[in-house]
Amino acid sequence: MDIIQGHALTLITFLPLIGAGVILLLPGKKEELIKYTAAFFSALSLLIGIYIYWKFDRNTPNIQFVEHYPWIRYFNIYYYMGIDGISAPMVVLTSLLSFLSVVASWGIDRGVKGYFSLFLILETGMLGVFCALDFFLFYVFWEVVLFPMYFLIGIWGGPKREYAAIKFFLYTLFGSVLMLLAMLALYYWSEPHTFDLLKLTKMRFTRTFQIIIFLALFIGFAIKVPIVPFHTWLPDAHVEAPTAISVILAGILLKMGTYGLYRISYPILPEATVWFSYPLAILGAINIIWGALCAMAQQDMKKLVAYSSISHMGVVLLGMASLTPAGMNGGLFQMFNHGTVTAMLFLLTGVIYDRAHHRDIDRFGGLAVQMPIYAGITSLAFFAGLGLPGLNSFISEALCFLGAFNVYRWTTAIATSGIVFTAGYFLWTYQRMFLGPLNTKYSDLPEINGRELFTLIPLGAIVVFLGIYPSPVLNMMTITMYNLIVMVKP
Amino acid sequence: MENIPSIKFFYPEIIITSLILLILLLVSYSRKTDGWAHYISLAGLILSFIAVLYEVEAQETGIFMNLLALDKFSIYFKSFFILVTGLTILISMGSLEVERLRKSEYYAIILTVCLGMMLLSSSTDLLIIYLTMEMISLSSYVLVGFLREEARSTEAALKYVLFGAACSGCMLYGMSLFYGVSGSTNLYEIKRALVTGSVSPLFLLLAIVLLLGGFFFKISAVPFHMWVPDVYHGAPTPITAFLSVGPKAAGFSILIRFFYLVMVEGSQDVGWSVLKGFDWTMLIGVVSAFTMTIGNLAAIGQSNTKRLLAYSSIAHAGYMLMGFVVLNPFGLKAILFYLIVYLFMNLGAFLFVIAVANTTGEEEIESYRGLAWKAPLPAVAMTVFLFSLTGIPPFSGFVGKVLLFAAVIREQWYILAIVGILNSVISLYYYARIIRVMFLERPVDETPLEITSFNKWVLGAFVIPNIILGIYWGPLMNLVEESFRFIGS
Repeated sequence: MDIIQGHALTLITFLPLIGAGVILLLPGKKEELIKYTAAFFSALSLLIGIYIYWKFDRNTPNIQFVEHYPWIRYFNIYYYMGIDGISAPMVVLTSLLSFLSVVASWGIDRGVKGYFSLFLILETGMLGVFCALDFFLFYVFWEVVLFPMYFLIGIWGGPKREYAAIKFFLYTLFGSVLMLLAMLALYYWSEPHTFDLLKLTKMRFTRTFQIIIFLALFIGFAIKVPIVPFHTWLPDAHVEAPTAISVILAGILLKMGTYGLYRISYPILPEATVWFSYPLAILGAINIIWGALCAMAQQDMKKLVAYSSISHMGVVLLGMASLTPAGMNGGLFQMFNHGTVTAMLFLLTGVIYDRAHHRDIDRFGGLAVQMPIYAGITSLAFFAGLGLPGLNSFISEALCFLGAFNVYRWTTAIATSGIVFTAGYFLWTYQRMFLGPLNTKYSDLPEINGRELFTLIPLGAIVVFLGIYPSPVLNMMTITMYNLIVMVKP
Repeated sequence: MENIPSIKFFYPEIIITSLILLILLLVSYSRKTDGWAHYISLAGLILSFIAVLYEVEAQETGIFMNLLALDKFSIYFKSFFILVTGLTILISMGSLEVERLRKSEYYAIILTVCLGMMLLSSSTDLLIIYLTMEMISLSSYVLVGFLREEARSTEAALKYVLFGAACSGCMLYGMSLFYGVSGSTNLYEIKRALVTGSVSPLFLLLAIVLLLGGFFFKISAVPFHMWVPDVYHGAPTPITAFLSVGPKAAGFSILIRFFYLVMVEGSQDVGWSVLKGFDWTMLIGVVSAFTMTIGNLAAIGQSNTKRLLAYSSIAHAGYMLMGFVVLNPFGLKAILFYLIVYLFMNLGAFLFVIAVANTTGEEEIESYRGLAWKAPLPAVAMTVFLFSLTGIPPFSGFVGKVLLFAAVIREQWYILAIVGILNSVISLYYYARIIRVMFLERPVDETPLEITSFNKWVLGAFVIPNIILGIYWGPLMNLVEESFRFIGS
């Protein structure tokens, strides 16, 4: 147990990478074996994720599960891993969604070996981003996420996959190289020079410098979130990506953007944060409304979910921008909740696409008769998406709006109208797909199967449980958030 | 040091010289020795490398009446050139193109270039600089034109000769001006003259610009880059690979030695302190920005892989110049580091071109369609090289770029850094085009492509440093740190 205790984060991060190595050694013909190996290693990661959830001390804002070893002495770069209330929920979410996505990828039948090894490398990158506390290490993990994603979209994606993959790659690379410059500038302006994210919070940078660095970092993060107008890669990437990859993309990758704001921009550049908080709130409001309106106009169910993600990430931004305990906690909690809800939505889209081979909302109808269980789970996910009380999104969105309303009255009031649009497109979509007379073309669609239920039920359970009793996740973050607010607004 | 005692510090060069003579002697005796020429060369290079290692312990001093320097810097570059030459020979061994040539002469001339580069990196006298530059150039012209039956190769050689002659003429003129102001060809004497005497800035400007013409020709910086695409395209591919790394590194070695020794005075951290009255940082900064931008923009439109890599090598010269702009130890060390990672990623990419062309006879990007499904391992290796060239972690090119960016950001040259990162993004676009064709597009037929196992092993061997130096680069950084030492005046 000592090994797990002392190296939990290294294990959770690098077990998938070992899995990828093992898969590369397996013969490509043994597809079942490869799939089970991938599932095994991501399940191990998930187990450690649960262990971390269990052992995580909720009464301290300090860093836990610390691992701190010199990496490159010449530049003061450390292998510094550790989690606090901001990263712990994300680590748990990532390990969960990754495992479920491996199961959801069971249907992959071409290039199985490549797919699962890339997927596991991707998992290592994502977990590393949330665990790293050294900026250089963080950056390496951040970029390691890119190239597996490029291949996963580009090889196993839909008809326009080549375009979508390179667009994703170029966009995010552009954002991250700006981050690289900001990182180096921070290094040289800190005395003594350091990449340590915690030590950097104690430096006093001048306000102008903070604002410039904030902008450079912000573009990198904004592209990931994505914040309108940097969002155009997202609908393309989502529509073309295979189901499981969309889950990862929306469930985790988008959160890396807001996580970067919480982890780096806020504590290291507090004055710039205060300076930018109002524009950030406005951008959040634009995201909410823009995303919702675009979603309403979509015919393609996957595109609809993609735009709904933009809208929901706007809520996170609005909450964050408020710099109040309610808003900041709400923002982080919304990141977690949106991860679960959007994962369900994409999985459900995948279920119908596997059966009907299209996702055109108007061409369905009356599916509730044909696939009652599917319709039931979809209604749960849709209601969670539109923020129905009793489901987890309601709590986090309410917290965000509550926090923001005290600070930016008008902006929040306008942003709230997005909720109406959200309810509108979810309900309208539900009506077009599941209610009304059954489209006879689909009278022989099979009901959702066991494997698909296996991926959906845990998420559904979390959605309901956290909707009634949010503390298990919310209390992981409260103290850290309180600490962060004091740092930003002393 | 006098000439005779100097000889014992000259063993590496002597070994290579005897090696060249041995190979030529053997082949004049019997053509059959063609088959062993590469083994003889490799064995000789290893011997020479061992001799270089013995110099590490030696006292740093000027040898042959201060014509050459024996210091850590020259040892670093000598080892580097031996490595480049050795790897080039390995690459040539797997190339069908070379199979048809007169191999003894081929390897002997490659070794001559190697000898020239080793001498150039340690020279501290304008005379030796000029002689060794010409030694490299003349041998390179021959190597480029080695495919005598192909018009493309001959044409490339001719262009190279014309361009090279013009540039070395410029350089020689610049050198004569330096001699005019200082009365000596020794770098340390020149520096003394510049520091104590009052040389008119305009005169110096002319001298340095002319000199830079020769140096920039070697490293293929804008506007002395025009020869690169045609020469790289026409030359036998292993020679293209060699030219894109070896002579380029040699150019950087002398660029660094000359300017760091002559133009930095007093505090080591302040570049260009000898030259007042003209903004040298700005001039080099502009050259660097243009070199990378023009290289990258031109690479976008290429359909031939060799031409694409030729333009990309221009762009990489531009990145490396970022370390030169500030002319302080930090930036120059970044160049030293970058050269090593560049060696492995660029030679690897060319090796892939050779390995595929051996089987298909094609060098067009289009001909790689669906290659990942026909020859997965080489395709993956090429992907690693291309990502490394782009500068994506965890591959070594990333670390190299970080160091170069760090060098400019440290001196708060933000504009140049931004130009640099925009160029990185552009470069991803065309490198990814090769990856897209290999992986994302379906092959016409899925019959496996035969790549010789020798080439597969060498490709695999090139992948390893690309990953290791991307993850654990502390030791290499320490080596560079120790190697950045010159003999005093």
